[in-house]
Formats: sequence, C-alpha cells, structure tokens
Amino acid sequence: MDSSGLGWWGVLLAVVGGAIRVSTPFLFVSLGECITEKSGRINLGLEGILIMGAMSGYGISYLSGSPWLGVLVAGCAGLALGALHGALCGLARVNDIATGIALMIFGTGLAFFLGKPFVQPKAPNLPSIPFGWWSDSPQVAAALQVNVLFILGLALAFGLHWGFSNTSWGLALRTVGDSSDAARALGYPVNRVRLMATAAGGFLAGIGGSFLSLYYPGSWNESLSSGQGLMAVALVIFARWQPLRCFYASLLFGAAGALGPALQSVGITSGYYLFNAAPYVLTLAIMIATCSPHRSLAGAPGELGVTQ
Amino acid sequence: MIEASLPHPVARGGAPTVEFIGATKRFGTLTALDDVSIKVRPGSVHALLGENGAGKSTLVKCLVGFYAADAGQVMFDGREVAIRNPHDAGALGIGMVYQHFTLVPSMTAAENLVLARGDLPFRIDWASERSRLAEFMARMPIRVPLDKPVGALAAGEKQRLEILKQLYLKRRLVILDEPTSVLTIEEADEALGLMRDMAHRGEITVIIITHKFREVMAFADRVSVLRRGALVGEREVADSSPDDLAELMIGTRAIRTAAAKAPVETGAVLLEAAELDAADDSGHPAVRRASFRVRGGEILGIAGVSGNGQRELIECLLGQRAPTGGSVRVKGRPYGATRREMQQHRVFSLPEMPLRNACVPGMSVADNMALRNFDRAPLSRGPFLKRRALREQARRLIESFSVKTPSPEAPIQDLSGGNVQRAVLARELSSEVDVLIAANPVFGLDFAAVAAIHGRIVAARNRGAAVLLVSEDLDELLDLADQVLVMFEGAIVYRSAIADADIGAIGRHMAGHAGAGTPA
Repeated sequence: MDSSGLGWWGVLLAVVGGAIRVSTPFLFVSLGECITEKSGRINLGLEGILIMGAMSGYGISYLSGSPWLGVLVAGCAGLALGALHGALCGLARVNDIATGIALMIFGTGLAFFLGKPFVQPKAPNLPSIPFGWWSDSPQVAAALQVNVLFILGLALAFGLHWGFSNTSWGLALRTVGDSSDAARALGYPVNRVRLMATAAGGFLAGIGGSFLSLYYPGSWNESLSSGQGLMAVALVIFARWQPLRCFYASLLFGAAGALGPALQSVGITSGYYLFNAAPYVLTLAIMIATCSPHRSLAGAPGELGVTQ
Repeated sequence: MIEASLPHPVARGGAPTVEFIGATKRFGTLTALDDVSIKVRPGSVHALLGENGAGKSTLVKCLVGFYAADAGQVMFDGREVAIRNPHDAGALGIGMVYQHFTLVPSMTAAENLVLARGDLPFRIDWASERSRLAEFMARMPIRVPLDKPVGALAAGEKQRLEILKQLYLKRRLVILDEPTSVLTIEEADEALGLMRDMAHRGEITVIIITHKFREVMAFADRVSVLRRGALVGEREVADSSPDDLAELMIGTRAIRTAAAKAPVETGAVLLEAAELDAADDSGHPAVRRASFRVRGGEILGIAGVSGNGQRELIECLLGQRAPTGGSVRVKGRPYGATRREMQQHRVFSLPEMPLRNACVPGMSVADNMALRNFDRAPLSRGPFLKRRALREQARRLIESFSVKTPSPEAPIQDLSGGNVQRAVLARELSSEVDVLIAANPVFGLDFAAVAAIHGRIVAARNRGAAVLLVSEDLDELLDLADQVLVMFEGAIVYRSAIADADIGAIGRHMAGHAGAGTPA
C-alpha cells in the first residue's frame, strides 16, 4: 500500500481519474438517449450501437491511421443504426422497446462479425490533454490525463441544456416528445422529428463506443462493453431527462466503476468483483431512492412509452 | 417597435368573411354533416348552437384542416380556399381554441405561447420574448401563471391559456369550441366580452361552438342551429329568444329541467372531512385544513375557480391521493377508500374526466359497467366471472340510462363524452347509494345529458344519499345544492345554506378578495 506513496489519497485520486475516463462513454450514450427520449421514443438498442461504434472506430483508426477519422466513422455507423431504429419505429404498430432489443442484438452481432480481423492489431489511440503537468506526482498526472472527448461531451451537455429551451429545434423536440397531438396541431412533422432525434442519439452513442476502443480500455475485443449502453438508459431516467444531470450522473457512475480498479491498485484485492459491481448496485440504489409512489416522474416526456 | 416585429400582423385585412357552401362529411355510414351552408359576416360573433354530435365540431374541424370535407367549399375573404392541414389554417389566420387542450404539458405557459408562433428563429431570444409577452399580458383581462408547467395548471387555467394563445398569435378568425365550460361567469364574460369587442372593432371574426343559451344571447350577433348534422335554423340573436333556440336545437322533445328537489329530512352525517390537508403533484400544499360534513338527503356543493385545490380534495376522497393530514370519515368510521370500504358503505363517485378517472378506456362498455361489482355475486362465482350475467347487466343499464353505444362489447373509449359519462352514471347510481362524490359531472356535455345527470343526482339525494358536488359551474351548484362552500387556495373560505346564500359574497370569495381569506 505504501508503494503508492499516497495511501487513501491515492485511491481517491484514482477514483477521480477513473471517473473522468470511465464516465465518457456513459456521458455520450446518455446524452444521445436523452435526445431520443425527449422526442418521445426510447432506444434500447444503444448498447448494440455502442459496440458497433467501438468496432468501426477501431477498425477505421487501424486502417487509416487516424483515430479521429475512426471517431467520425463510429458516429456515422451509430447514425445509420439510429436512423434504422427511427425509421422502423415510425411505421404503424411497431413497438420501440421490441425494436430496440432487436437492434441491440443485431448491432452486437454485426460488430462481432465485422470486427474479427481487428482483435489482434493495435490501432492508434486518441490523444489526451495532460492537465496534471503542474504536479510531480505521477498519480496526479495520470488522474488528470483528460481525453478530448470528455471535454467535448461536457460542452455538449451544456449545449443541449441551453438548446432544449433556447432554440426552436429544442422546443420542437420537446413538443413532439410531450404531446404528439399538440405537435400535430402546431404543424410539426412528428415522425420526422423523432427519426432525426433517434439518428442523432445513435450518432452520439457511436462516438461513446469509439471512446471505449480508442482510449479506455483502448482495444477492440468482444467483451469491451459491460452494459454501458443499457445503464445509460437508466441513467437518463434518474437524470430526469436533463443533460446537465446526465453529466453528473455519468461522473457518479464512472466513479463507481473506477472503485474496483482503484482499490486494487492500493492492494485491496478481496472483493474485487464485488466492487466492480458498484455501478449496478448504484443503479438500483438510486432508482429506489429517487422513485416515489406519491409523485409521478417529474420531467418525463409525456409520449414516452415506459412512463405510460 | 414591438408591434412591428410581431408575426401575423392584424393589418393583413382585419376581420375576414367565412362561408361554408354545402359542407358534407361522412364517417362510414354516419353522416356527420349534411349539406350545411353558413355565412359568417366579418367582424361578427357567430354562434354554432347544437347538442353533442350535432355536427358543430365537425364543421369547424373541416375549417381548420383536421378533416377534409367530402363535399362543399369554404370561402375565406370571398375566395375559395383549400385547407389541408392546421398549418394551412394558421397561415390564413384561422385559429381554434380546442375543447381538448393542445398545450404541451411539460412546458411553461410562456414556452407554449412562444412555441405556437411557429416561425421561431433557431436561437430564441428569451429576453425580448419575455418583454413582448409581458406587454401582451398587460393588455389582457384574463391571467395565467406564465412560469408554471402547463401540466400543473387546472383545466380552467389551460382554457384561458388556449384563448390567450389565439389572441397572442393575432388570429383573424378565432373559433372557440365550448370555451367557457370551466370559467367562472365573470371570467367567461370578460373573455367573451373581449373577443366580441375585438370583433366589433373589425379586428377579428369569432365563431363560438356552444350549447349555452346565455352565451349566445349575451355575446353572439348571429346564431346557426345544427341538429344531427343538418342546419335547422339561423337567426339574428337580437330577434330570437332562448325558448325559440331551444326548440330549434332539440326539436320537439320536451325540455327536462333539473329534477325537482323533494323536501327531505336530512339524516345523520354520512361523509365527513376533518382538517384535511393534501399536496399537489409537485408536493406543494393544495388543500389546507378543509373540514365539512355531508348529511344524508343533502347535496353539499363546493364552489371555486378551478385550481384551488378541488381536484386534490376529490382525489383524496376517492382514494387516488393520500392526504398529508387530517381525516376522512364515512358513517363515523375512518375511511381509506379501499374497495372493501366502498362496497360496505356504498360510496360511489362521478369523477371529472370519467374516461380517465372512472373507466378502463380499452375495455368494453359491459366490462366497464361491471367494475364496481364484477367480483361479487351474481356476476361471479369464486374467481370465475359469469359473462352472461355481466352482459345482461350491461344491456339493462344501457337501456335504462340510454347509453348510445354500437354494442356492449365496444371499447368505452369509442363512445362520445356524454355517453361515457352516462355509462359511468349507470354503474354508479344503479344500486343503493349512501354517499356520492361528484366532480364537474357535466363538464362539456350537452343540454339533454346535463338535465339527465342532474336529475339522477337529485334523485339519489331524495332517496337519502349524502352528495358532495364539486363544480366550477356556479349555476349548477345554485340549482342543485342544499349547502354551498367556497374553496379558495385550498381552504374553505365561505359556507352557507343555499337559501341564505348571497351570490355576490360567493363570487367575492371565489375571487379571493373577501374577508382577507379568513377560513370560515
């Protein structure tokens, strides 16, 4: 334990650093799902999109040598799958939950199929910004290695928060999600807005996936995702469909996810798997704590199937 | 400055002429509109009078692009226009205040108003939108809280917001679909008076869909009466009388007024609330220390402007909301609105919005009519339902309460509002009733349905039931109640026997400026 030189501070630092690293895919997927759900549709397929994004981002980065091109392609792959979901759900009598589950399995399977050749090679990874340059301590420096995508995600959260109430697109999105009758009366094309929102959500989830394969853990294999795409859906619900809260919730989940490795780094290995389960325990605990039989879910878009 | 930057400037021609020529609309085998021709003069208030299902709503829905008429033309400002969707209607300057609200529940009133403009720039400049709204609201005689989410507003407030929205959009033709059902008389007079004055100044043309003679007589210039999809008469309001219009509207059928209240010896206290507190959906106090008692053979009316805690009070009594303090007693015993207690004490209810609060919309009429007693003999034996007995009961109730339904097996959500309410009434009032809790039981219903429902309520009272009647329609309370209370901001601020009630005092207490809110 002494080898770290920082003791429990080291754990805290590792958790903070881990939170920033681990939270990034949560952040992108939850912001994407936030946009989708604000339009009154749920996309459970984001897990599949996330894995597809991870695979395509890694593959393109390996083939082209440019990790940023990989991120872009990952986003586009997500956009395509999101648009597919959106188009399917736009048909009469298609259920978005069932379609989402199908998309999750489809995306995962397709990624595994196409991603076979990329398991071995090493693709160039995304760069990070060393915010810990001022410190001599290697732990501090390591914790404050912040990836550019995290900063973009933070900016995006603020942007969405502002945009939902200060742009015409934001109001149109919320109108469609809250009352399709009102939206039709106001002349908004309900299906088209939802299609665009679902595609945009897919784009962000794809980028979240590319972070997994191109930065942390930073390689492509079939056990890359551990359900981040699904947990992001739960995360959006207790973030009450607010982008800034999605950011805080992502950090919290990231911190919980970083707890196990952080404790291991100071030599506490017993209960490693238990600590790794922290994000899932946290999901349950927060759900129980924030849901109340006496109040309806404030902020839930009225057209959202899960709340009806 | 501000005026100049507003959308849809009034300057574009002022009040328009509207003319329907031979409008016809069929739904399957039903002819909802049969060759109707009506001309609306510019700058006038034109009333469409008729019972539910007479075709009034269908006619205007063709005008605002919700339906396409099967035959006939619409002339607007003397030119034939094709209105394919509400957007086309909006572009012409035609706006409608719907009976079912078209507001976005999670957005604030301010956001809803701005959103409705439809030509928003990508970036919304809230500072200038705010000042424009404030300037607009300052000129309006009706008020709504601008920063509350619309979902948290009461029905009356939503209706006001719908009217404000059309005025904010500077519509040239404003259609009001039963606009004043939930407003107090003063508010209705103000809102309609405002629109009439705007019409007479030549700024807008107004079409009102209504079945209230008072509104026609007081505010309309001309009235067209529809019955079963056909135009049966047209009058200058100045040359007609309510009796004349009533005869046109309902044909040769006899007009039934509220059933006569028999003098009844009041019995024991059957329903009692003591110091009841309740919170609204967001946790703020909505009902404050409300206490009242209702005796057998008496109707206790609770008056008040909507949004003053009546909804939460009713939900507490019906078991839909847990009180935060105080108690409810039925026949002297604590009452928690469990199914067992309801059956044991024979407590029945007519909640507002019956399709939502008293029915399972997708279940059949027959099943909905059995919701109170399906778990008891003769409708079931042990865990098994007896479908035949259930169908038999439905057939009997449909017959005796004249519910118009294609069949007992039709989903209840396919019925019209009046028939849903009749079906609920049949279920609630067909057996012995000791306590009846009713909230706005005739909201949005036509003349004949109102009379029938009032008659049933009074009959329950005459048989010795304790009736609690919450209504936003003061006339209804004055007609039916024996005792009247006024609720304001969750507290009961006035109480009186109806014989001694002072209408002026009731109105002042409803508006909240009397006795400075000291609880009665």
